Amino acid sequence: MQERLQDESYKSGKRVLLNGNQAVAEAVKIAEPDVIAAYPITPQTPVVEKLAEFVAEGVLNSEFVNVESEYSALSVVYGAALTGARVFTATSSHGLAYMYEMCWWVAGSRVPLVMALPTRSIGAPWNIHSDHSDVMILKDVGWIISMAENAQECFDLTLIGFPISEELNIPYSVSYDAFMVSHTAEVVEVRDVELPKRKQAYKILPNSEFALNAVTVNDARHKARKTLMKDLENSRRKIEKIGRCFLGEDFSLAEKYRVEDADYVIVTYGGWSGDFKDVVDEMRDEGVKIGLLKLRFLRPLPEEELKEISGDVLVVDRSALYKFGGMGGEIKRIIPEAKNVIAALGGYEIGYSEIKALVRRFVSGKIGEVEWYP
Amino acid sequence: MLDPLISHPKVGSAGKTGEWRVFKPIVDHELCVLCLECSEYCPENVIEVRDDKIWIDYDYCKGCLICKNVCKMKAIKAEREFY
Repeated sequence: MQERLQDESYKSGKRVLLNGNQAVAEAVKIAEPDVIAAYPITPQTPVVEKLAEFVAEGVLNSEFVNVESEYSALSVVYGAALTGARVFTATSSHGLAYMYEMCWWVAGSRVPLVMALPTRSIGAPWNIHSDHSDVMILKDVGWIISMAENAQECFDLTLIGFPISEELNIPYSVSYDAFMVSHTAEVVEVRDVELPKRKQAYKILPNSEFALNAVTVNDARHKARKTLMKDLENSRRKIEKIGRCFLGEDFSLAEKYRVEDADYVIVTYGGWSGDFKDVVDEMRDEGVKIGLLKLRFLRPLPEEELKEISGDVLVVDRSALYKFGGMGGEIKRIIPEAKNVIAALGGYEIGYSEIKALVRRFVSGKIGEVEWYP
Repeated sequence: MLDPLISHPKVGSAGKTGEWRVFKPIVDHELCVLCLECSEYCPENVIEVRDDKIWIDYDYCKGCLICKNVCKMKAIKAEREFY
């Protein structure tokens, strides 16, 4: 791991110690949203506290609206975005569930916006600890979903979220494991970049002579949904183009870690990808041909990278849908022989040694089609 | 992309909504002083002045009777049309 950190060479910007939330806030500061609206209490995370500080100190010129619920938070940024304002909000867990209806409205209305989503569990039993249960309910709404592994990716994926969302007219979520990423301080390069001005497909202004989302009959809703889902499926090239423009030529929707010639490939996403990479390194030292594919985006799904994988595949999920984990079922559509493990829900943290034991069981062929761990 | 989302206003895009009406507002022109309070408050925008008299477009008036409620001269009465 030490080697990997030292490998990262930085060209511009300053290197500072930030946790995931602060890294997101720093990127939002560069994007300079016109309006930020958020519900400030649990399950909110300090990402909006940091932004409120920036606004209070006068270093960020945004209208900061404290609202009484997450439903209102997304409604406020929805209305502001329709007038052409750049907007940002953040939520988590039960807060996402509470704003769920508006998640569909902003996606259906093709409104560009960026939302931070530190991923947490959803009760019952009462739990807002780290897992990927909340992001799974947003996964199929029609948003672009990115998953950060560490504080640097929190910053990077937030930064490019604004131009990506505004280019595609699809809302964008930057998701990162609550606590393990959101509250863990790491060295982050705060890039010295400028973002392009906001653009969007349409605006509603006082002199606009049209109605948005009137009651529709016949095929309007069918057509709107079809266009959104097709645009999302085909958004890959534009996301990569914008990502490479700001983050460098090696940016892609999925990170291939030592997958060349691999007999075994683990598919992960989110914070524990780093632990899995360490296990891959150690097992490579032992002579096992093993690699890792980290999904940087869940939507659009990096299908090309998944199709390229050879060897046995293990998908490790931190959420449970019916029968499979959050991504295990749909990755089986692409790789039918893939094995799936559902692990560590609701803040049940598994560390390096448990992960290594899990990977060893996978390599020795002892993992069935779907397994819970523990 | 936007075709299914955006609609432009036109008269009667949902048919003759006056058919929904149960109560019909009737103006007593003797009492009316043309203050236009009714026209201001009409949510359907169907009240205007024609030949110096209040004129209601009954093709699209849904009979909500807000005009009757806001009329300071009590110049609008409601007549039951159906049933």
